[in-house]
Amino acid sequence: MIGFRIDRRSGTAVYAQLVQQVRQAVRTGRLVPGDRLPTAREVAERNGINPNTVLRAYRDLEVAGLVEPRQGSGTFVSQVLPRPQLDVTALRRELADWVDRAHAAGLDQTDIDALVADVSADRKDSHAHQ
Amino acid sequence: MHTSDAPPVAVAAEGVSHRYGATTALRECSFSVPAGAVVALLGRNGAGKSTLMRAIVGLLRPESGRVDVFGQPISAEVLPRVGYVAQQAPLYPMLTVAQTLRLGARLNPRWDDAYARRLVDAGALRPTAKVGSLAVGQRARLALAMALGKRPDLLVLDEPLASLDPVARTELLGALMAAVAERGTTVLISTHVVADVQDVCDHVVVLGDGRVRLTAAVEPALAEHRIAVGATSDLGALDGLEVVERRRDGREFTALVRTAAPGPDGVSWHRPTLEELLLGYLRAETPQPTREVSAA
Repeated sequence: MIGFRIDRRSGTAVYAQLVQQVRQAVRTGRLVPGDRLPTAREVAERNGINPNTVLRAYRDLEVAGLVEPRQGSGTFVSQVLPRPQLDVTALRRELADWVDRAHAAGLDQTDIDALVADVSADRKDSHAHQ
Repeated sequence: MHTSDAPPVAVAAEGVSHRYGATTALRECSFSVPAGAVVALLGRNGAGKSTLMRAIVGLLRPESGRVDVFGQPISAEVLPRVGYVAQQAPLYPMLTVAQTLRLGARLNPRWDDAYARRLVDAGALRPTAKVGSLAVGQRARLALAMALGKRPDLLVLDEPLASLDPVARTELLGALMAAVAERGTTVLISTHVVADVQDVCDHVVVLGDGRVRLTAAVEPALAEHRIAVGATSDLGALDGLEVVERRRDGREFTALVRTAAPGPDGVSWHRPTLEELLLGYLRAETPQPTREVSAA
């Protein structure tokens, strides 16, 4: 079973760390379809984190089609990570243009990372409120 | 009025004020805590955290205002549902661990002995060890076992993590969060160290100078604030905005602003981390003394 490691100094939200670690374990084959994730209680107790944070991470993984809850027996890995359907080449080219413009405007790498994270979070919020 | 949609309220404080002699400890404190929440009560030393907690658990009758717990004033009827651990986890040093647990069983009608023992065993506490001989982390664990053994619906913990090493801190929070996962226990935990509680709390109450400066659910509070960083010459960009706190560092300023969207250009805006948000409210300037105070 996957054991989560929470890095308190990473600056990444605990919720996001849980999601990332499951995704990575599935991507690398450490978790395969049918594997059970630890319960929210187990993760909360071992790491000293709020169980609702764990449930929220599992719910997001469920919406992404990565895991499925089974009544009374836990949360299970349901499939290998779905590949992006879209050809990413076009997205990548647009992003490269954008990064060039950001550099030209004087933003450094940290500014760019912060801006991307901020806009992503904003978009997510506005989708959630629709 | 209680509607079926609204989550039940575990703690409701309304205009709570209290003085010790000439010193005002609490000023018109109002906030409410939904059942099942894990609430961090934050404030600097002397901000009034302990006084507020004592008022919630019925150990102190505030001069004015009221506190309801599960919809009623604290009384013999609600008290069995409330667990409280005071600062420094007072226990009887001459009792053994086993004797302490027996005392818990005798004093509490809802005592769950198997559960309390399990908590103590998980902390590798010897039943025959004298409480006075326990390490700080072990004492804290025993105090928590005593409070959780009551099977409380509301657990009030005054600075339970102070003086614990990082391993003991994670273990204690782990035991606490397991109780939250199993039983939906409402937890109110006070501290002046933001990092200690940022991974467990879903609600925050910030006290400063006896006043409630912020009471909020964590996620919406983060979404409704931004940190602005810029050159002091651009401070005008903050005009007309609700600035919670502002600091200058040479030619740069950093400000916590209450806004759901980034403000004007010329200044860089980012979402606060929980630590940035809470530190901003903790550092926010105390209001100017009023005439009433200077006359006294």
